[in-house]
Amino acid sequence: MPMITIDNVSKWYNPTFQVLKNCTTSVDKGEVVVVCGPSGSGKSTLIKTVNALEPVQEGTITVDGLSVTTMKKDLPKLRSRVGMVFQHFELFPHLRIVENLCLGQTKVLGRSEDSARAKAMKMLERVGLTAHAEKYPGQLSGGQQQRVAIARALVMDPICMLFDEPTSALDPEMINEVLDVMVELAKEGMTMMVVTHEMGFAKKVANRVIFMDAGEIVEDAQKDDFFGSPRSERAQQFLSKILAH
Amino acid sequence: MAQPLHGLLTRALAAGGYVNYNWNWGIFWEQTPEATGTYFSTLMSGLGVTIMLALCAWTIAFVIGSFIGIIRTLPSKWPVRLGNAYIEMFRNIPLLVQLFIWFFVVPELLPQELGAWVKQLRNGPFYTAMIGLGLYMSSRVATQVSAGINSLPKGQRMAGTAIGLTTVQTYRYILLPLAYRVIFPPLTSEFLNTIKNTAVALTIGVLELTARARSMQEFSFQVFEAFTAATVIYLALSAVVTIGMRYAEQRLVIPGFNGGKA
Repeated sequence: MPMITIDNVSKWYNPTFQVLKNCTTSVDKGEVVVVCGPSGSGKSTLIKTVNALEPVQEGTITVDGLSVTTMKKDLPKLRSRVGMVFQHFELFPHLRIVENLCLGQTKVLGRSEDSARAKAMKMLERVGLTAHAEKYPGQLSGGQQQRVAIARALVMDPICMLFDEPTSALDPEMINEVLDVMVELAKEGMTMMVVTHEMGFAKKVANRVIFMDAGEIVEDAQKDDFFGSPRSERAQQFLSKILAH
Repeated sequence: MAQPLHGLLTRALAAGGYVNYNWNWGIFWEQTPEATGTYFSTLMSGLGVTIMLALCAWTIAFVIGSFIGIIRTLPSKWPVRLGNAYIEMFRNIPLLVQLFIWFFVVPELLPQELGAWVKQLRNGPFYTAMIGLGLYMSSRVATQVSAGINSLPKGQRMAGTAIGLTTVQTYRYILLPLAYRVIFPPLTSEFLNTIKNTAVALTIGVLELTARARSMQEFSFQVFEAFTAATVIYLALSAVVTIGMRYAEQRLVIPGFNGGKA
């Protein structure tokens, strides 16, 4: 059974502007799917519909068998099981790094302060930031902040992870430290949906690539097929531009 | 008071018709005709009322203003409209008119017995002023609170939601701690405005500082001494608040966020 299914999803920002057009796809357990496409193509919006950060007007989305699109009351609980990493990190600036990692654990999962802290420290060790536990987000570099953001999602023991352009706001020399953490995660079998322009990452760990343009899923193919011989002309153009440099 | 200033004032007074003004800075230590103590002690009791009124009104303004400010930032339409209507109403009617409405009009609209009870209430004018001023200032606090929340990056709300926090929790643990830090300086000046606006309460009979200065002038004819004292006391009170708030503000600084060094 797929972990995430997106079935015939459409979304309008206002009656005249449609951002998503009949999008259908799915992500299997343990699969890594990269979503790419030109800016404004709706890929960030699509990924945000998966944990209902963006509501949709038509279609259904299920995560782990539960319908996200019809659920109301248990939505926060479901969201806590879907890890999300944002382009601009979105760490909570008034909380120390370790507190950033504890907030969801104590307030949503009901873990004790002690066990949340222990888990947080374990996860910080994993992303190599133990020494920064008592600092504030503003005192860390972009790459470090994004690694903390990944750790903040992981402490919740997510069943899948969503990444919304996780390296787009980073200085070039910091991109790899974040990608390394993500590659590691992928190798461990985490189910991942990743919006990114990092085609190197896609080639290395993705199982499938989804190409979007103007709110539509234009191409949904196995990695090798996508990079080897994209079927649509738009995907070919996109690839030639993005791989040229 | 320095002699040159006296000379200047006396000349100005003469030009205005006050030919023989008798300066008497010792007046503060004389007994009032009401035999309730010295003029100084009545001014101090006025100051006490001013401070009490400001604190009570500010509490109302802060609590209600925060509530209205918050509902104006919710995703649904109706709370926003309600909040906007509230603000427009309390912000756009002059404070003096609002006090008169609360004091003279509202008791008449109440059921007869309740209205009579309200009118005979001990300290009635104080409570009326507290509510009137509190609600008036709440509209200004509300605007600040909404602005503070809206100034935060959209992603902060999303990040809270994404880790599974409910809307209430997102406000409680993320948006409000950040927003109040952002709006601390403008809130300080709204609190100072609250203190200054307490003077309007004299019109409905609250014996606060300005009322005390006026009665001192009426009993003693020492108008300049009386209002010099009131002026100095208001300035001193504002200075204390400003210094206190500046200290509090420094304690709220976060490294790499609101002006804190990274």
